[in-house]
Amino acid sequence: MDWVNAIIQGILIGGLYALFAAGLSLIFGVMRLVNIAHGDLIVATAYLAWVIIKATGVHPLVSLIFVLPIAAFIGYWLQIGIFNRVLGKDILPPLLVSFGLSVIIQNGLLATFTVDSHKLNAGVFETSSFEILPGISMGYFPLLMFFTAIAVIIALQYMFYHTSLGRAFRATSDDTEVALLMGLDNRKVYAWAMAICLAVVALAGVFLAIRSNFDPFMGPGRLIFGFEAVIIGGLGNLWGTLIGGVILGVAQGLGAELDPGWQVLAGHLAFLLVLAIRPRGLFPRIAG
Amino acid sequence: MSDIISRSTLASKLAGLVALVAIAVLIAAPWWGSVATERLIGEFMVYLALASLWNLLAGYTGLVSVGQQSFVGFGAYIVFSLALLAGWNPLYTVPMAGIATALIAIPVAKLVFRLQGAYFAIGTWVVAEVFRLGFAQMSILGGGSGKSMPANVVKQIAETKFWREATIYWLAIAIGIGALAMVYALLRSRIGLALTAIRDNETASVSLGIRIERVKYLVYVFVAGMTGLVGALFALQKIRITPDAAFSVNDWTAFVIFIVVIGGIGTIEGPIFGTIIYFLLREFLADLGSIYLLILGALAIGVMLTTPKGIWGFIQARFNLSLFPTGFRVLSKDKS
Repeated sequence: MDWVNAIIQGILIGGLYALFAAGLSLIFGVMRLVNIAHGDLIVATAYLAWVIIKATGVHPLVSLIFVLPIAAFIGYWLQIGIFNRVLGKDILPPLLVSFGLSVIIQNGLLATFTVDSHKLNAGVFETSSFEILPGISMGYFPLLMFFTAIAVIIALQYMFYHTSLGRAFRATSDDTEVALLMGLDNRKVYAWAMAICLAVVALAGVFLAIRSNFDPFMGPGRLIFGFEAVIIGGLGNLWGTLIGGVILGVAQGLGAELDPGWQVLAGHLAFLLVLAIRPRGLFPRIAG
Repeated sequence: MSDIISRSTLASKLAGLVALVAIAVLIAAPWWGSVATERLIGEFMVYLALASLWNLLAGYTGLVSVGQQSFVGFGAYIVFSLALLAGWNPLYTVPMAGIATALIAIPVAKLVFRLQGAYFAIGTWVVAEVFRLGFAQMSILGGGSGKSMPANVVKQIAETKFWREATIYWLAIAIGIGALAMVYALLRSRIGLALTAIRDNETASVSLGIRIERVKYLVYVFVAGMTGLVGALFALQKIRITPDAAFSVNDWTAFVIFIVVIGGIGTIEGPIFGTIIYFLLREFLADLGSIYLLILGALAIGVMLTTPKGIWGFIQARFNLSLFPTGFRVLSKDKS
């Protein structure tokens, strides 16, 4: 029964990993940028929620009303102020800048909030569950995370293929110069993509903070989980990202069942295994 | 014909002379400096080597790795494994650490080379995490809490403290200067010509018949082996190992990237100046703790936004100066 439980919990946690990954995937799809500070931004939004809850006393899920737009606003200006200046043919400058940003966010959080870990308290909702089979129960909160991930992916897919903003994203991604000729300002398009990315990041950050303790140095680990989900699922495929997250979650769950020290390691090994046999991921859509 | 083609310039001849004198002074440090001086210079050499190697990788082949800590940690663990488990003299383990690390880099390269660009970067990081978590599981090497080198093993390096410190110090000089010299020699060779071509234009260099993937692969494995040597040096300097310190992304990759970016990526001189600047900053600001790292990150972003070729790139463009030239130039005698 423990094994079945581990698999079910792994599947549900896969939803959270898909949320980590969705923003990465979106940004890479639109502007070929891999943001090394992605994980640190997730943690930063968790702190943002923590501050807002401390000041207003609202429920963590209600705090999203504030955290989401603030994060999107920050994303927009992060893109205009920093990333747009280094994006170009050479991938090195944006990569190094995002690496610097990662160190700045980590140490900024450390200087402001100390190394103590925090957690967002969502009340009984966090721990309540129901039995699906004798001995196997499902938590409401992990289920909410999982279905939120599905909803986010549906929303992103819809945005990409059925809205004018999505058309601008696809056009800029396909051919920046022609998109410019058609009157699309690629800097603004990129800024909107980063704003949406940060909104998804904020969602992931609040869920992460409800689920477990967080501290200033958790970011890189979250970046790696998100990245692994993207690569396992296949570049450019949002639904693949969800499957990648689920595979990662299940591998970690099974690893932890074997030995607690093996939890994260098992996830990494699953990723390397996929890389060895299917280098383009399980369900690739675009060339890397 | 009064034009001559030459590699060296007055500046480069002077720089070579200064470098020789500096190396001689450094080798004599055990007699003019304290143990603290030796250790500081030793640490400087660690970063000089890592920065030169990372610069070769990222600045010339475009392979941006954020997982070089894999090889530092692996080299360090080879030293501890051979010295503690196989009973080797710690000094003799050092070359083995380099060889073993180059060997382990072959399958690693096979895996991570499947990823492109920035995804390659994070892929190398995952490998480093696998190494860290894997070594943390090995209880024979102390598991997560690590291991210290017992006194009787350390004494095999040399009987007295003076000679022990001096031996490890000279090893640091040899690895630091050696790495720099090897990168320099490599860049002046045929491979260096290929690397410079790749750096300047990857597509054009393919059309000229450079087998990019092969060159990149060779450089990656070479850099890994040398990085393993640095890890071995680190193990002897600290005589204590933990997975978190040996595979630290901050110590072995973040700082190294900042050094290269600030100094000037894609130049020989950049990492040298970057390392000097890094140590100066550290001497004055390290007490600030997290604020210091914040400043370092901001400085790296600032340099990237304003002078993407770093401080040395700026000087080079402004004064047409090259201390360690790898290319050739035409010197016209008519003009002078």
